[in-house]
Amino acid sequence: MNDSRFEVVDCILKKYDNNKSYLIAVLQEIQNEYKYLPEELMEYVAEKLDVNLSKIFSVATFYENFSLVPKGKYIIKVCDGTACHVRKSIPILNSMRKELGLSDSKHTTDDMLFTLETVSCLGACGLAPVITINDKVYAKMTPDSTVEILRTLRSEGQ
Amino acid sequence: MGNMIIDGQIVEFNEEKNILAVIRKAGIELPTFCYHSELSVYGACRMCMVEDKWGSTLTSCSTPPKDGMEVWTNTEKLKKHRKMILELLLANHDRDCTTCEKSGRCKLQEIALKVGVKKIRFGQEKKEMPVDDLGPSIVRNPNKCILCGDCVRACQEIQGVGVLDFAYRGSKLQVTTAFNKALHQVDCVNCGQCRVVCPTGALMIKKDMDRAYEALQDKNKRVIAQIAPAVRVAIGEEFGMEPGAITMGKIVAALRKLGFDQIFDTAVGADLTVIEEAEELMDRIQNRDKLPLFSSCCPAWFKYAEQKHPELMDNVSSCRSPQQMFGVVIKEQFKKLYKDDRKENIVIAIMPCTAKKFEAARPENKTGGIPDVDMVITTQELAIMIQENGIVFNELEDEALDMPFGFTSGAGVIFGVSGGVSEAVLRYYYKERTAAVLQGISYSGVRGMEGVKEATAEIDGQKVRIGVAHGLKNAENLIKKILRGEEKFDFVEVMACPGGCVGGAGQPIPQNNDVRRKRARGIYKVDTASPIKRSEDNPAIEALYEGVLKSNREILHRHHK
Repeated sequence: MNDSRFEVVDCILKKYDNNKSYLIAVLQEIQNEYKYLPEELMEYVAEKLDVNLSKIFSVATFYENFSLVPKGKYIIKVCDGTACHVRKSIPILNSMRKELGLSDSKHTTDDMLFTLETVSCLGACGLAPVITINDKVYAKMTPDSTVEILRTLRSEGQ
Repeated sequence: MGNMIIDGQIVEFNEEKNILAVIRKAGIELPTFCYHSELSVYGACRMCMVEDKWGSTLTSCSTPPKDGMEVWTNTEKLKKHRKMILELLLANHDRDCTTCEKSGRCKLQEIALKVGVKKIRFGQEKKEMPVDDLGPSIVRNPNKCILCGDCVRACQEIQGVGVLDFAYRGSKLQVTTAFNKALHQVDCVNCGQCRVVCPTGALMIKKDMDRAYEALQDKNKRVIAQIAPAVRVAIGEEFGMEPGAITMGKIVAALRKLGFDQIFDTAVGADLTVIEEAEELMDRIQNRDKLPLFSSCCPAWFKYAEQKHPELMDNVSSCRSPQQMFGVVIKEQFKKLYKDDRKENIVIAIMPCTAKKFEAARPENKTGGIPDVDMVITTQELAIMIQENGIVFNELEDEALDMPFGFTSGAGVIFGVSGGVSEAVLRYYYKERTAAVLQGISYSGVRGMEGVKEATAEIDGQKVRIGVAHGLKNAENLIKKILRGEEKFDFVEVMACPGGCVGGAGQPIPQNNDVRRKRARGIYKVDTASPIKRSEDNPAIEALYEGVLKSNREILHRHHK
């Protein structure tokens, strides 16, 4: 167990006093750290908090916000709330999927650079259609302007 | 205390925790999927709804009774309600009943019939989730799951193992293991209590009947059966008899009809276990070494201990289980007995237990690569085999076991019930052979259905403290107390299933405390009727220790080092 990730998790657990009532907070912090919930770390948390692994899996799959698969360097969220939807968020999503070679079932590019997902509402309806990339907000997007951003990010990221 | 009015009839209630219990006491059968009196109340299936006098509906399983309460159990509104729920459940269910192994024993099928569902107005949703049949004991088919959560609660609340839980949500909700792994890849102990409570075919016993038929038809194989104690007091339920009806003679007759060549009683294996374990315990008490000694005959408990308490493994008895001891002894004996023929000896154990399948397949239970027990058939599988072959069980004439292991002791038979191992070991210590001594032991506190029992015995001036737990959750609580130093025991008997092996997952369903108590009573009746009470008084045992075990007694022990 010379994986430094376990020490990181130890720190997080210590912060919450190894109290199983803070399971969700612990998972959130682990996800902040690694962008997803790695299986080995979940096993470790289960052991440390004396919670069944199946219970942690239950919590982690219940909340849309938790991910059990690794995510790319850039996490793109396309808002598909009512306002964004009527202002054509789906064509934006489709153009990005085409550009990145992603689909309904494949959310992350093989080079681990981009993860593309939709969210129900970002609460920025006045800026519709809106997307966020690693929590930075991009307002009033079009299919073309998003693809442009992707290309810039790709050249920066590589 | 108080009175309720149920369907216009006054019903008195006392200790009942919910209206459902009062309704059932009044002789009205309400359908339920998710209610089991031994598990926590969940209120998910909504079948037990009743209507109060203001016309609102409430779940009777999760509503406590109140004095003067008035409810109706079968109004038009409720009937419509139940039908709708069933239609929705069935729309979402793999309805291939004719090929489903659960057919005829399925609660969903039974209740749909009772409630009168004749047509399903919704289209069938085809789910095609993979079936997990990779493990040795349990097959999990999520396509047949109705999300009642019974298995989740059984695994958590009875066993404290908790390998199953709900995952995902909304229309994607599933009961599954962590990371959707197969049951043999997670900490499942194969006890099968999940399948005992499962109303549908979502959790089933992994069947080995085809392998058994194959062996029985093979002319080059000598097929030898060993029948566990708990089977004889339960299999009758599959043929309309009361739980606890003793049917050993009929089982022997049925096995002969099925083509078994030799038929023995696993109680002989239990007798060997009693002697080996009692001596091991005495040794440890005298040397004040590695106490308490934990019993090792329950394979679900053994796996649990390995996983959860590796630090206690030195305290777990080195004895193999009765099934395995007897398996290895039978093979040794027959190797000697039939030196010249080339027939292969196949041992089939008839067990009340799904975990025994796992135990028989463990690598340390093989000799020269060949399993000491070739396969395990549960009580339920044997009942199916009897039915498949057109044997009319109830009309069979009793037949007797074969020699050389035709004798058993009462001590060996009571292994099938919680507290039985302890009682059998105690009998071994008390050398005085009077009825009063036996009665004293039976009253010492080892008998009964309480989750944790304690008893103290005085042997040669030494006090011996015994703890008995059934249900791994109860065992875990006891272990925690022992580790904290709050309790001190010399011997701890653990059986994973409620009530011990009589409540095993290979037994007929339904199972509840009442059924288990009746089966236990049957076991004690067999003991009472047996002229041989003590393991060491069994002539078959003496012959073994003078015979095949004379120079290699260690084959009865695990070589776990």
